[in-house]
Amino acid sequence: MPWSEAFLRSQAAPAAPTAAGERVISYTHALAEALALALEIDPRVFVLGQGVNDPVGMFGLTTGLAARFGARRVFDTPLSEDAMTGICTGAAMQGQRPVLLHNRPDFLLLTFSQLVNHAAKVHYMDRGRHRVPMVVWAAIGRGWGSGPQHSQAIHGLLLSVPGLKLVLPGTPHDAKGLMLAAIADNNPVVILEHRWLMKASAAVPEGIYRVPIGKGVYRRRGSDLSIVGTSHTLHLALRALDSAACAGISADVIDLRTVKPLDEDIILESVARTGRLLVVDPGWSLGGVCAEVGCLVAERGFDLLRAPIRRVGLPDAPAPAGFALEQAYYPNEVTLAAAIRGLCG
Amino acid sequence: MSAPVRYSYAGTGYSPGDLSGYAPEFLLRLYREMLRIRRIEERIEARYHEDQMKSPIHLVIGQEAISVGACSALAREDAIYLSHRTHGNYLAKGGDLKAMMSELYCRKNGCAGSVGGSMHLFDVDAGVAGSSAIVAGSVPIAVGHALAAQQRGTGQVVGVFFGDAGVEEGVFWESLNFAVLHQLPVLFFCENNFYSVCSPLTVRQPEGVEIHRKATAFGANTMLVDGTNVLRVHGAVRSAVAAARAGRGPQFLELQAYRWRGHGGAGDDSKSGYRSTDEAAQWRQYCPVAGFGDLLRAQGLLDPDLHENMESGIAAEIDAAFEHAINSPDPDPEEITRFVYSP
Repeated sequence: MPWSEAFLRSQAAPAAPTAAGERVISYTHALAEALALALEIDPRVFVLGQGVNDPVGMFGLTTGLAARFGARRVFDTPLSEDAMTGICTGAAMQGQRPVLLHNRPDFLLLTFSQLVNHAAKVHYMDRGRHRVPMVVWAAIGRGWGSGPQHSQAIHGLLLSVPGLKLVLPGTPHDAKGLMLAAIADNNPVVILEHRWLMKASAAVPEGIYRVPIGKGVYRRRGSDLSIVGTSHTLHLALRALDSAACAGISADVIDLRTVKPLDEDIILESVARTGRLLVVDPGWSLGGVCAEVGCLVAERGFDLLRAPIRRVGLPDAPAPAGFALEQAYYPNEVTLAAAIRGLCG
Repeated sequence: MSAPVRYSYAGTGYSPGDLSGYAPEFLLRLYREMLRIRRIEERIEARYHEDQMKSPIHLVIGQEAISVGACSALAREDAIYLSHRTHGNYLAKGGDLKAMMSELYCRKNGCAGSVGGSMHLFDVDAGVAGSSAIVAGSVPIAVGHALAAQQRGTGQVVGVFFGDAGVEEGVFWESLNFAVLHQLPVLFFCENNFYSVCSPLTVRQPEGVEIHRKATAFGANTMLVDGTNVLRVHGAVRSAVAAARAGRGPQFLELQAYRWRGHGGAGDDSKSGYRSTDEAAQWRQYCPVAGFGDLLRAQGLLDPDLHENMESGIAAEIDAAFEHAINSPDPDPEEITRFVYSP
């Protein structure tokens, strides 16, 4: 096993204890199942992206789909990210339901004209005459030298764009349920998966279920602080909370799952009980999810706070490629534990 | 300061042979539609200074033959997508004039409810599916529409209008490549009027590499057409539509005509020096509307009474549309947050 693969597996979230009879499958298997189910039940759904029919099958999400559903419904594309986004928009406006897969969110930066100027605005500009039910999916590529242009979690850049929905699943259960919800949604939905979560396995129901877009969920209930966040960084915060460094501290841990629309109620409800807020996110702190959630609580929950809001995201710098620099760049169990302790001290 | 004459009319003008095979009623319909667009544009221009149309405008005067020639070759069920220069193509495809004028006057009952303005005209019922103020922005969307048409076997063809600068955008070539790859029923209408705002083609694209030849290199079927001659445009588009509908893939038409007015707003801005006043004057001699009218008159198909009849009918329709728009209510502020998301 290459060191990168071994490293990735070591970083995967441990499987949660499962009840008897529950089916445990991998994160990628859960996503693949969601795509297959969507293709099966809805002839309007099609899946496309660079490499969806190659041997790797987009992390395994699309393996076997073309053979099962045909090349007209599952197909590889030219390396034309902006046009493919517009083409999906045009097809979606006619009632089709495209699911456009990218290896990395970094490539979404090539699509901002079609995503921001068109897909997000069509329904608004033509006063509801067209809908744009499309899904854009990409996997945050952090790790083993991916560096400044292959590691970015760019959802913060899209947070202020009206008309888009932004989803960051954190578990195999949610990955499947949110993919099915995104495909059923009548708006453009951007899903950012985190590659470090994609080796995890956990209980995933069979068949179709949809996790509501715009609803956060408590991963843990506690009283000393509220840890609010998404994706892999929230998993790190849970580990930090379980470490010896945080002994005696109990926290509400809220997985937002969707950052746009944002579940404001669950955040304010939790802070009302704990009086302390730590926001964590795999994107940059500046102007992103950390900033927005912090601002929400400062604006609408200031009187609830017993301590200053703390945010743990990425520093105002691009991601370095090298292993040693990466260790210093990203938050980890130790830095998150320090943030938790600092807030409760 | 005066610019040189860079772009001379290279066509042959209208000739009697152009008329052969067409019924007189059809020829008069084409003429009336061009005249109608011309008069609508002139009225918009004449009243623009009143500052009640609080919307940027991009007049199509000089390019009417492209709009009418192309749209008359499409079926009502076929769809078109527009650039920022929307008026002519919207009207020629059957877009509602009152809804357009209300949009220009920022009224509640504008076709886009006043959130779009003149650069975002659409009329889905008439097949004007959308428009974009981003150069070449609607090109991939039209290709996506054609993909959906192919996937569902609707038999629809989809046309998309853009200017000569549209082919300077990467997304145009990405879209053309995909359309050729999948042999989609899409028509690319490149309205080459030689200027992007005030920048001539010579500073934007290498001389001697004609736009339609670049598209040929991408595998599309291409044509170079005199965009001042409505019958040449109609004939070319009709054959392109037939080819696309028969499954022979995307068709690219470079349609050359001249923008008589400035890029935006009212009036001819040639005197500002970016283009030659002689150049503009020369193109005005090849007026797509008057030239066609002269030919119809010379052939005995259009007499003064008929012409006057057309003019008065058009004027009455324009009067009514302006009155409708001016007397319509403003939109409610609640409209701002409607339709951001679809249920």
